[in-house]
Amino acid sequence: MIFAQHIWKSIQLLSLMAVVWCVLTPLAQASKRSEDIRCKCICPPYRNIIGHIYNRNVSQKDCNCLYMVEPMPVPGRDVEAYCLLCECKYEERSTTTIKVIIIIYLSVVGALLLYMAFLMLVDPLIRKPDAYTQPLHNEEENEDARSLAAVPTPSGARANTVLERVEGAQQRWKRQVQEQRKTVFDRHKMLS
Amino acid sequence: MASYSHRWWQGSEAQSMDKKGYRRGSFQSSTSDEDLVEIEGVTLDFSMADDVPPLDREMGEFYSYNGGEMNGTSKMMDFLEEPLPGVGTYEDFNTIDWVREKSRDRDRHREITSKSKESTWALIHSVSDAFSGWLLMLLIGLSAGSLAGLIDISAHWMTDLKEGVCLKGFWLNHEHCCWKAETSFEDRDTCSEWRIWSQLIIGTKEGAFAYILNYFMYVIWALLFSLLAVSLVKGFAPYACGSGIPEIKTILSGFIIRGYLGKWTLIIKTITLVLAVSSGLSLGKEGPLVHVACCCGNILCHLFVKYRKNEAKRREVLSAAAAAGVSVAFGAPIGGVLFSLEEVSYYFPLKTLWRSFFAALVAAFTLRSINPFGNSRLVLFYVEFHTPWHLLELVPFILLGIFGGLWGAFFIRSNIAWCRRRKTTKLGRYPVLEVLVVTAVTAILAFPNEYTRMSTSELISELFNDCGILDYSKLCEYVSNFNSTKGDDLPDRAAGPGVYTAMWQLALALILKVFITIFTFGMKVPSGLFIPSMAVGAIVGRLLGVGMEQLAYYHHDWTIFSGWCSQGADCITPGLYAMVGAAACLGGVTRMTVSLVVIMFELTGGLEYIVPLMAAAMTSKWVADAIGREGIYDAHIRLNGYPFLEAKEEFSHKTLAMDVMRPRRNDPPLTVITQDSMTVEDVEVIINETTYSGYPVVVSRESQRLVGFVLRRDLIISIENARKKQDGIVSTSVIYFTDHSPPLPPSSPSMLKLRSILDLSPFTVTDQTPMEIVVDIFRKLGLRQCLVTHNGKLLGIITKKDVLKHIAQMANQDPDSILFN
Repeated sequence: MIFAQHIWKSIQLLSLMAVVWCVLTPLAQASKRSEDIRCKCICPPYRNIIGHIYNRNVSQKDCNCLYMVEPMPVPGRDVEAYCLLCECKYEERSTTTIKVIIIIYLSVVGALLLYMAFLMLVDPLIRKPDAYTQPLHNEEENEDARSLAAVPTPSGARANTVLERVEGAQQRWKRQVQEQRKTVFDRHKMLS
Repeated sequence: MASYSHRWWQGSEAQSMDKKGYRRGSFQSSTSDEDLVEIEGVTLDFSMADDVPPLDREMGEFYSYNGGEMNGTSKMMDFLEEPLPGVGTYEDFNTIDWVREKSRDRDRHREITSKSKESTWALIHSVSDAFSGWLLMLLIGLSAGSLAGLIDISAHWMTDLKEGVCLKGFWLNHEHCCWKAETSFEDRDTCSEWRIWSQLIIGTKEGAFAYILNYFMYVIWALLFSLLAVSLVKGFAPYACGSGIPEIKTILSGFIIRGYLGKWTLIIKTITLVLAVSSGLSLGKEGPLVHVACCCGNILCHLFVKYRKNEAKRREVLSAAAAAGVSVAFGAPIGGVLFSLEEVSYYFPLKTLWRSFFAALVAAFTLRSINPFGNSRLVLFYVEFHTPWHLLELVPFILLGIFGGLWGAFFIRSNIAWCRRRKTTKLGRYPVLEVLVVTAVTAILAFPNEYTRMSTSELISELFNDCGILDYSKLCEYVSNFNSTKGDDLPDRAAGPGVYTAMWQLALALILKVFITIFTFGMKVPSGLFIPSMAVGAIVGRLLGVGMEQLAYYHHDWTIFSGWCSQGADCITPGLYAMVGAAACLGGVTRMTVSLVVIMFELTGGLEYIVPLMAAAMTSKWVADAIGREGIYDAHIRLNGYPFLEAKEEFSHKTLAMDVMRPRRNDPPLTVITQDSMTVEDVEVIINETTYSGYPVVVSRESQRLVGFVLRRDLIISIENARKKQDGIVSTSVIYFTDHSPPLPPSSPSMLKLRSILDLSPFTVTDQTPMEIVVDIFRKLGLRQCLVTHNGKLLGIITKKDVLKHIAQMANQDPDSILFN
């Protein structure tokens, strides 16, 4: 059973990795759309001409001052001198990656906040009867039980439905967080 | 010898598990095997770097030699072959036994190699087992790189969110919003799509009211971000706060903190790191990124049996993960590997070096392919200049080193004092309020000054930058006459009014950074201190650099400048001074040397600046070490009392093992278990009455001759399991640790054989061994406990905690500050 669980966990993790990889790779190599490439030429002030920044999407080989600076502000004989001052840089980016990452990030934050609100507001209402039994447990007992029962308990007490199992995992996790909170915030044993 | 080996080969696999690994090699590795087997106990194998167990060759012979007999004799032990779940694992806040873990891994490896000759499937298994380490590194690199990309992009966006929003798409930050804009040279940062808050709300960006509104929005966003960060940390994963490097150092040295590298810590640390960085607090993402990478490593370890079950192997992976973390934090793969080696890792064999190298490479590659800054670089403050420096400039570089050392020592002292206050007084009871107050103070003071308003990475990037004609910022506002068309190579010029304004603004920014960082580091949000330290150094360096430049410009006729810095020459690069200053300050705080220089050099890509960086890093280390010996991470380890046995410090007191061992002179004698005369009940009484984490097993109480060592946890689990599953085990059953069970009288209850959980080769020293040697043994082998004998009889025990307490006592520190174990 334990073995099966490990395998299950591995599969879960692997699939997660696969998803992350699948999302990120094509994004990184996303088709170079026109808004994602630029050739930027910075031309500083020269004599009485004010500096200007030229910015167009051209291919990498065309990214030079002679092609980019248009109209040329100086007469023909000064072009070379002017262009020596300008710096042209070809750059690529991927707005899709940015968009997806920001959206993923915001949704994770949103989900966590919702879950936190759920744990703080809704959960105590649903779980009224349980609330009495939980704090009765001795602290030491809890710790012992947790350390030894890291391996799931034998079949008798095993949860059957998926829901119950999730429930159990959630309870275990809550206890762990409680314990961590005690260590870090109350006893100041760690991370001060 | 042959007969001896013969005998132990007939035992079970499980039994030999504890023995095989210890049988070979010694401190003098050149002696022959025959001699060594006789000296039991003191011989040990410590050729850890070897992937292939040294016994392999020898073993093969034994297999062919008595392979036939083996099947028959080992049958009776069959039920013990499969170790019970839980046996050999550790409890929370305990130290692992490196020697035991390593020998277990060697046994596993040996078993796989020997089986691989039997079938194709087993061969494939052995190949995949050998390959799994590299695969794991690949996965760690990928995940660390992707997470770093996520953190970079979202932190950049959220930092700019404090200022305004992009109308083209809310997900674009300021730079990307104006990416395509074609503007004039002066207002290159503005574009119509990017709207600052006052523009959105009252429709103007000029005027006092708009300024106040922007100010207000800036503070509100900062408070919101930090509130979110601290409440997520408090609600879901308290372990996600802080930098994480002191804890990771402790974990890598063999300590167990369950949940510290777990899934929730990973998620929450990643999420809140972005919030904390974008809130404008004086903190960086580098240290937490190491923690994030280590979490990835630990979680991915679960995929492979080899690493899941073995704490020592897992720590090798974590070392490599730390390297990947720094690799993506600074875009410095080699620097990351060296950082892991110099600063974080406790046990770093060559194999781990190569693995770290690979992980760092993959991580950097992944981050590069995400391209988070849109400039094909891995960090925001990548710089590139190649102006040469003069030998005389070493003097200001060394001055910067001295400043770095002073700042490092000052920072460590005051930060530790503040953290101790937080730990012991009422202040620690209000973590959320503390974060909010510090954020509010930072934001209110930071906004008026443009150098503190921008993110610290951007500030560093601007300070590192060498002013060219293309640059348009106050720092580059020199009095210039555009008659030269030499391109980038500008001569030293007189500073314009912009530079002077920038100078005093930078000085104010320096004061703010110096003081606010002390209060920020250690708050209950993810916080690294690389970036703030570098910022402090970079500001000071830039100030000094501009000072030098102006000095050289106005006094180029002085003899010291005459040789190399004549008028119209470009001889002093203020950006280089900023870089050297940053390295010096970082070195003063963390006491890194090699890895620091390599990281800085990878940031700049200029080989010619290695010497200035080295000079500054070394000076700063000397100065800081002269004032206080510990780096910030060691100081935090000691503040929290983690059981970390520092490998760098010498132990030089003339104490003996008998002064440190338990029991002390007037204590009751050592609790022992006899090998064949105690009942289950007796043992349970001992377990219940004492709290020791292990018990020595002796032949009999009278003789006190040592047999082995058994761990409390293993004992509890085995007895519990036997009572449940094995027939006839009652309280009066006798527990045997012997190899051969004596014949049973028919009426007695069946016996419980526990040889499989017995460590037959516990480490022993005599009571007259000097503590220097004992400390060395504990350090180098990563022991958890060591038994003390006198005339061959068991006398006492020394645990790692005893050693740590003794060291603390000798250094006139409070020995009870070491909390765990």
